[in-house]
Amino acid sequence: MAERIQQLEMKHISKRFPGVLALDDVSITLKNGEILALLGENGAGKTTLMNILYGLYHQDEGTVLIDNEVIHVKSPKDALLHKIGMVHQHFMLVPNLTVLENIALGYFQNTRFKLDLGLVRKKMMDISVRYDMAVNPDAYIWQLSVGEQQRVELVKTLTLGANLLILDEPTAALTPQQTDELIDLLKEMAKDNNSIIFISHKLNEVKTVSSKIAVLRNGKLVHEGPTGSYSVTELAEQMAGRQINLPKSPEKSKFGDVMLDIKKVWAHNDQGAWGLQGLDLQLKAGEILGIAGVSGNGQKELADVINGVRKVEKGDILLDNWNITNHSAQKIIDQGLGYIPEDRLHEGTLPAFSVRENLILKDYTTSQMSSSIFLKKKVIDSFAEDLIETFNIKCPDMYTSCASLSGGNIQKVILAREITRKPKVLIAAYPIRGLDIGAAEYVHQRLIEARGAGMAVLLISEELEEILDLCDRIAVIYEGKILKVLSGSEADNRKLGLLMAGVTDEE
Amino acid sequence: MIVQFLVGIIIGGIPLSVSLLLAGLGEMFTQRSGVFNLGVEGIMMLSAFIGFFTVYTIGSPILGIIAAMAVGALMGLLMGLVSITFKAEQGITGIGLFMFGWGLSGTLFRVYVGGVTTIKGIDGINIPVLSKLPVIGPILFNQNPLVYVAYILVPVASWLLFKTSWGLKVRAVGTTPAAADTVGINVVKIRYQSLVIGGIMAGLAGAYLSICQAHLFADNITAGRGFIAVALVYFGRWKPSGIMGGALLFSMAHSFQRLIQVYGINFPYEIAVIIPYVLVIVVLALTWKSQSLGPLALGKPYDREFRG
Ligand SMILES: Nc1ncnc2c1ncn2[C@@H]1O[C@H](COP(=O)(O)OP(=O)(O)OP(=O)(O)O)[C@@H](O)[C@H]1O
Ligand SMILES: [Mg+2]
Repeated sequence: MAERIQQLEMKHISKRFPGVLALDDVSITLKNGEILALLGENGAGKTTLMNILYGLYHQDEGTVLIDNEVIHVKSPKDALLHKIGMVHQHFMLVPNLTVLENIALGYFQNTRFKLDLGLVRKKMMDISVRYDMAVNPDAYIWQLSVGEQQRVELVKTLTLGANLLILDEPTAALTPQQTDELIDLLKEMAKDNNSIIFISHKLNEVKTVSSKIAVLRNGKLVHEGPTGSYSVTELAEQMAGRQINLPKSPEKSKFGDVMLDIKKVWAHNDQGAWGLQGLDLQLKAGEILGIAGVSGNGQKELADVINGVRKVEKGDILLDNWNITNHSAQKIIDQGLGYIPEDRLHEGTLPAFSVRENLILKDYTTSQMSSSIFLKKKVIDSFAEDLIETFNIKCPDMYTSCASLSGGNIQKVILAREITRKPKVLIAAYPIRGLDIGAAEYVHQRLIEARGAGMAVLLISEELEEILDLCDRIAVIYEGKILKVLSGSEADNRKLGLLMAGVTDEE
Repeated sequence: MIVQFLVGIIIGGIPLSVSLLLAGLGEMFTQRSGVFNLGVEGIMMLSAFIGFFTVYTIGSPILGIIAAMAVGALMGLLMGLVSITFKAEQGITGIGLFMFGWGLSGTLFRVYVGGVTTIKGIDGINIPVLSKLPVIGPILFNQNPLVYVAYILVPVASWLLFKTSWGLKVRAVGTTPAAADTVGINVVKIRYQSLVIGGIMAGLAGAYLSICQAHLFADNITAGRGFIAVALVYFGRWKPSGIMGGALLFSMAHSFQRLIQVYGINFPYEIAVIIPYVLVIVVLALTWKSQSLGPLALGKPYDREFRG
């Protein structure tokens, strides 16, 4: 077993991708027992720096030192040998294997030919119980929501064990409670002489968890130092290079007609059980309605049935008084539905297509963008250029493939497309997940504007703060049903927290 | 009469299924690891020749089989070198491998052997007493040794793929190589290993054709079986039992069509010979909507730093 790492140094690291200088002479140090928070806007280079440390990317310049000795991490295997572990921003899970198999994959390196799943099951259940991260070991990954996959990714890395742990946005898809538990766990691990690098856009948790921060901007290190003295607002300024104010939606009492009417809808989840059990919900024009709830309580199924990608077994869905129950996705889109999906990498974009193509994905057949079978190149070019500019999408040019963008920038592509389409009803599932705080501010402003323009917005989120800031009404979803609908003014953190746990009759 | 006809189909069909089954099981591993080897036919052809030639010159069928398997392994390595290490397009590389095996075996045959020559080879074994049982005797207990080997390999392949850590790695590497890579699995190594296993199995299939079935070598002795084996992997949804089912279905249909001619039943010959192929296509079309996901990264070279 490797010795505990006393000191890690990354010195003068530079990395270039076609058209971008992702890292420019970046140096960081980390001592045993420290928790370093790596901050920066979307596309700043955080993941790239960590991928270099983990052996997934190779730096063009610079060195990595452990305990003053230069090491060459040529592959993740080398990193694992140095007891470096990583939780990846884009989960590294095999969809058609079970949770247990995914964990077993890394567990038997060269030790054993026969697959002893019982042993791995015991190990992983220990960890999942101890840290209260429930995962079903026998579920296939493709059946899980993003939140559940996040838990699997964490449990996997913890089961494999590490002395230096890299966590790339591990809390993006966790509930507030799970986040708190993770933070406690990380602190405990740090006390136990492990070192941790933590990436997050949520500055509150950065403040609680880290002892040190490093801020990247455009691939350069712009600040490094102890966390202690900074307030959350100051951190936000550091990161964005300007002042940030997350907007709150002004109170409003008059709303329009019901735009989306969900009547007693039943639908199965991917495991074949009932995911929605007679869910009832009305959404009016000009309002933002929040769906609060712990992920896995039917949010995914709800979004799916509205979009027409999951079969409604019983009940009806009306969009602007049109019955869209079990219509094709295309028809529903034409009927005026906009959708920001939870799983942006697989649902919202075509990764191999360019940013430009992804921006016009839903509208290229309109007369504005094409005449007969030909696309109007100039119109599309200026359209794409506009969106890249207004939404501040970081990419070398509009022709780069969507897959090569940073995580947050992929999301901006979808947001830009969906909001600009001006739908009657907009479903936004976790719209700021993984976005930097500047971008989050921007998205919230846009959602409030959309509401002002008479769109009906359905906001699915686990971030209570986001919901409380933006929503006119809040519906709590629990086990496939709406447990209760509160008005924005009567809701608070505590009430919502209890309802999300399924408690209705507290007094 | 009916019973006799049915037994006739099975007796004739089982030997036909062996080369498909062996090559198909091998290709299953290759594809499960994410490599699409279209060159199975070429491997079978060249190893059929090398197997035959070893028996022809040295006289030992066992050595012939070993030599054929060694050639298969080398062909697998060659495919790996071009498609994994040099990241060439896999479909094209496979076609190249097919033409290479096909051309080389034909040339060697003409230069070193010349005309049709039979060899001793390996015959079926008659298990005493048991083989005299009515109906099942000739079906189960009067077959070539390699028939038993091929069918024993079905559960063995299942075990390897689903019950060993190596099999788990193969499945992961063929679906999400990046995920396998990040937990320390050497994607390149696993893919090479799977290709070599696929090559060895195709080599054995080729040896069966020349040494056990025909006792000779002739141009085009494989008659497209390598390509059928590739199709059977899809047909069987990348599962050993499915591939076995496909191999049996195809060879029974083939045997049926032959028997029709033997019995002199009045049936248009042209239609009879295409029955097996049509059958496979029909079943393939009907079973395609299966839930289980295949190896999603099939045909894609893996590159850590390349996204999209
Ligand atoms: N494999 C790659 N190929 C091409 N470009 C890449 C690749 N990986 C990263 N980049 C580019 O490098 C830059 C930094 O990306 P990186 O993923 O490190 O950002 P990040 O700080 O993690 O952002 P986010 O908060 O959005 O995750 C981006 O401009 C991105 O487009
Ligand atoms: Mg990132």
